[in-house]
Amino acid sequence: MITTDPSLQSVPIAHHPDPAVLLAYSAGTLCESVALAIACHASICRGCRDEIERLNTVGGAMISEASPAALGDDALNRVLARLDEPVPPAPLAPHLDAETRTVVPGPLQRYLSCSLSTLPWHRIGRSLEEARLPLSGSGVKTALVRIKPGRSVPRHSHAGLEYTLVLAGGYQDNGEDFRRGDYAEFDSSHEHQPVADADGGCLCLVILDAPLRLSGWLGRLINPFLRV
Amino acid sequence: MFATALSAPFWPLPLHRRLGSIAERSKQLVARLGLTNEDLCELMEAIAARKDRQAFSQLFAFFAPRVKGFGIRRGVDPAAAEEIAQEALLAVWRKAETFDRTKASVATWVFTIVRNKHIDLFRRHAYPEVDIEELAETADDAAPADRALASAQDGSAVREAMRNLPAEQLLILQKAFYEDKSHRTIADELGLPLGTVKSRIRLALARMRGALPEAVHDHD
Repeated sequence: MITTDPSLQSVPIAHHPDPAVLLAYSAGTLCESVALAIACHASICRGCRDEIERLNTVGGAMISEASPAALGDDALNRVLARLDEPVPPAPLAPHLDAETRTVVPGPLQRYLSCSLSTLPWHRIGRSLEEARLPLSGSGVKTALVRIKPGRSVPRHSHAGLEYTLVLAGGYQDNGEDFRRGDYAEFDSSHEHQPVADADGGCLCLVILDAPLRLSGWLGRLINPFLRV
Repeated sequence: MFATALSAPFWPLPLHRRLGSIAERSKQLVARLGLTNEDLCELMEAIAARKDRQAFSQLFAFFAPRVKGFGIRRGVDPAAAEEIAQEALLAVWRKAETFDRTKASVATWVFTIVRNKHIDLFRRHAYPEVDIEELAETADDAAPADRALASAQDGSAVREAMRNLPAEQLLILQKAFYEDKSHRTIADELGLPLGTVKSRIRLALARMRGALPEAVHDHD
């Protein structure tokens, strides 16, 4: 079971997205999945949220200072005529239980069809379970991943990029601790083997933009079965 | 730029407004030349409080041509840029109640709506937005002074800092916002190492945070 002890949440966030990624988020350059990871991180991390807000101010200044382009003669009238149109209703949000609402940041809640405990979890080997999320982007896999307490993800590297955001519990990787709110990005040069906390395991949002490459002889055997 | 603003069509005014005082007319003229954030906030609040169409028309006259211009600068064809401008301003009307002048300037708020409309139109998905409600319950390690600066601003300090950015830092921000380019693409285009692009972004952010004196320049 994932620990949702609130005391864990008071540990300061140690791993933040690079400012270049915050800029890409603000400018709207990121794909939906990575934008989701950044939105979730910034929903937990005040410092990064403030950085995004400052970058949005730059975007605002660029609109204020953009050269105006003349609109069609009837543009305002067309919009005025639509002001009283009924607003399309927001899709009905599924009921999420208290644990899910505590653990899952707001931006990610909108992608869940049900609470964490009832998601369709698929076992991958003996240490992992994953539930895929319905996001756009071909070749990008977005999933919630649970690592069982004390277990490790097989040592692997990446053909593309891997992004992780810890939502509950924590893991250790190359001597560093990752806990709730911590964001990490790994590229193809990075081989790693995250090990979940012994006491509570770990729940992460994971995005892969290319298949994993497992290292070692067992990995070479399993690799053909791992597909994004 | 003023010529374009002046040639914008007059919005339909009710009769008593059309016969309004010269002062009223000149106020409207000023409105189309330039509005302060304070003016824009008042228009937003008039829309939120009483669905004020006159206020909306003024806001439209200010923002719609700029939003269209921004779209064109981003490489969108004029027809689509105009569609985005209209959709964005319609969203401004519908979401007016969620605008909070203590959290952001009107231009900043409009920018996020415009950005999301661009993504809606071209990528057919909603852009995941930061949930600002969540932070109240979550501990974090941001410096209190930083926080006060961010929450109290109407963006003027950031805009001022932006005007004073070294050209090489501003260029990268412009490429991101106007050209929708990632830092990797920007690095390729400028023939710079990725690390240099990242460090310029970091320095620009530090300056907008007020963390760096004006005179400090980055070293490549």
